[in-house]
Amino acid sequence: MTLTTPLPSVAPSPAMPARLFAAGPHADATLHAARFGPLPATTGLVATLRDSGLTGRGGGAFPVAAKIDALTGPPATIIGNGSEGEPLSRKDATLLHHAPHLVIDGLLLLAAALNPKARLVIVARPDGVDSVRHALRERADGRDIEVRVAEDRFVSGEATAVVAGLAGAPALPKDHPLHLTQRGVGRRPTLLFNVETLAHVALIGRYGAGWFRSLGTPEDPGTRLLSINGDGIGEHVLEVPGGTRIIDALTAVGANPDAVQAVLVGGFHGRWVPARHLTRSLTPRPAPDADGAPVGAGVILAIGVETCGLTVTGSILEYLAAESAGQCGPCVLGLPRLATRYAEHASGQEVDASRVWQLIETLPGRGACHHPDGTAALARSALTVFTAELDRHRAGTCCEGPHR
Amino acid sequence: MTRPTPSPTLHIDWTRCQARGACLELLPDLLHPDEDGYPLPAAPARQRTNIPLRAAQLPAAQDAVALCPRLALTLRREK
Ligand code: SF4
Ligand code: SF4
Repeated sequence: MTLTTPLPSVAPSPAMPARLFAAGPHADATLHAARFGPLPATTGLVATLRDSGLTGRGGGAFPVAAKIDALTGPPATIIGNGSEGEPLSRKDATLLHHAPHLVIDGLLLLAAALNPKARLVIVARPDGVDSVRHALRERADGRDIEVRVAEDRFVSGEATAVVAGLAGAPALPKDHPLHLTQRGVGRRPTLLFNVETLAHVALIGRYGAGWFRSLGTPEDPGTRLLSINGDGIGEHVLEVPGGTRIIDALTAVGANPDAVQAVLVGGFHGRWVPARHLTRSLTPRPAPDADGAPVGAGVILAIGVETCGLTVTGSILEYLAAESAGQCGPCVLGLPRLATRYAEHASGQEVDASRVWQLIETLPGRGACHHPDGTAALARSALTVFTAELDRHRAGTCCEGPHR
Repeated sequence: MTRPTPSPTLHIDWTRCQARGACLELLPDLLHPDEDGYPLPAAPARQRTNIPLRAAQLPAAQDAVALCPRLALTLRREK
């Protein structure tokens, strides 16, 4: 969808760290080597990763060391996943464009530590693929790395979908009674990490766990990339320390927090945060009772005071319903129904809230992937956060644009 | 050393299930039909694909596995 739009620049914001982009924009092999030096030794890499507390940057925030520990044998395949199915996510493509060598380093380091004979693959959207291919031509040690174009669908970045794609099948999620670390590509143990995760591995392998933890919080050590979008603020990719407050991420890209009505944190499967809570911190995982905002894969969408969050959510739900991969009955039938009932309720036509809420409660947990869960969570969040708008719609006034 | 016996779970492959309902008849206290006839496990959302079973439900679950026309059900013992 956004494949042809130019990638955001990575000029560092004075308020934020620059680790992943420390070699500067467009870091080719020479700039990369000048800044980061050669590949480090891999002795003790897994222990260092464990100490670092690095978690996956693809959205699940699963500890990297725990994933390695779950392997039931040497990984036959190690995959760098830059599929980025979220239309508003540009951080992986941007990383692959400006710092491809860090991602390649991370993949090579893991292979050296876990199985030097492993099949190595990087999957990315077309612009990311071009960047990786170009970078691989600049160095001799990555000749065996395969580069694959990801399918441009919302759910194609899901781990089992990527593995299905590698097997030549459509890149759709698969039923997975066993984890990929037990049975993945070719039914053998497979490791899959988001490309940003691999870039952090490359840095931790060089500078150690203590260095990594010197930024961020104990719960979310290190830095992470955000894709920040929104009314009047354009498209940005920003590196921030773990635990950064939403408001600080917004101001770092030049947004005026006073013009923001609400922020969708965590992308289309994320949660709305109203303007009065912009001082909340981004958290790696959902913590229902805590004052945090789960960052997911780092997508942030800010809507201005003139925009109706209920209406924006309605369009996203329609998009997500159309992106159901057509495999699981409860998802295929339930998501379009959710979009319809949500629209009826959010517009004020349907006063009985139970019809949409009953779906929000029964959709989750019944699919080969978490698409139904994430979609229901978004609807739940919008109906919980935008209650004033809901009342206004019921009273017959529109809260958007000139009718205000 | 005694290890707790892992409780068995009934796994539903949602990509196979086509709401044929055999499991609903065999396991009425575990599965209810949703408005399209797909099984809606009574378990919390996180356990709706791998549904914990009580020992008394095991025989009926085994029957459901054998009778599901879409081969969508499996019994699992590991945790
Ligand atoms: S849950 Fe939905 S999106 Fe996921 S595999 Fe099944 S049909 Fe596709
Ligand atoms: S018996 Fe099989 S196909 Fe029928 S509802 Fe149960 S799981 Fe689905």
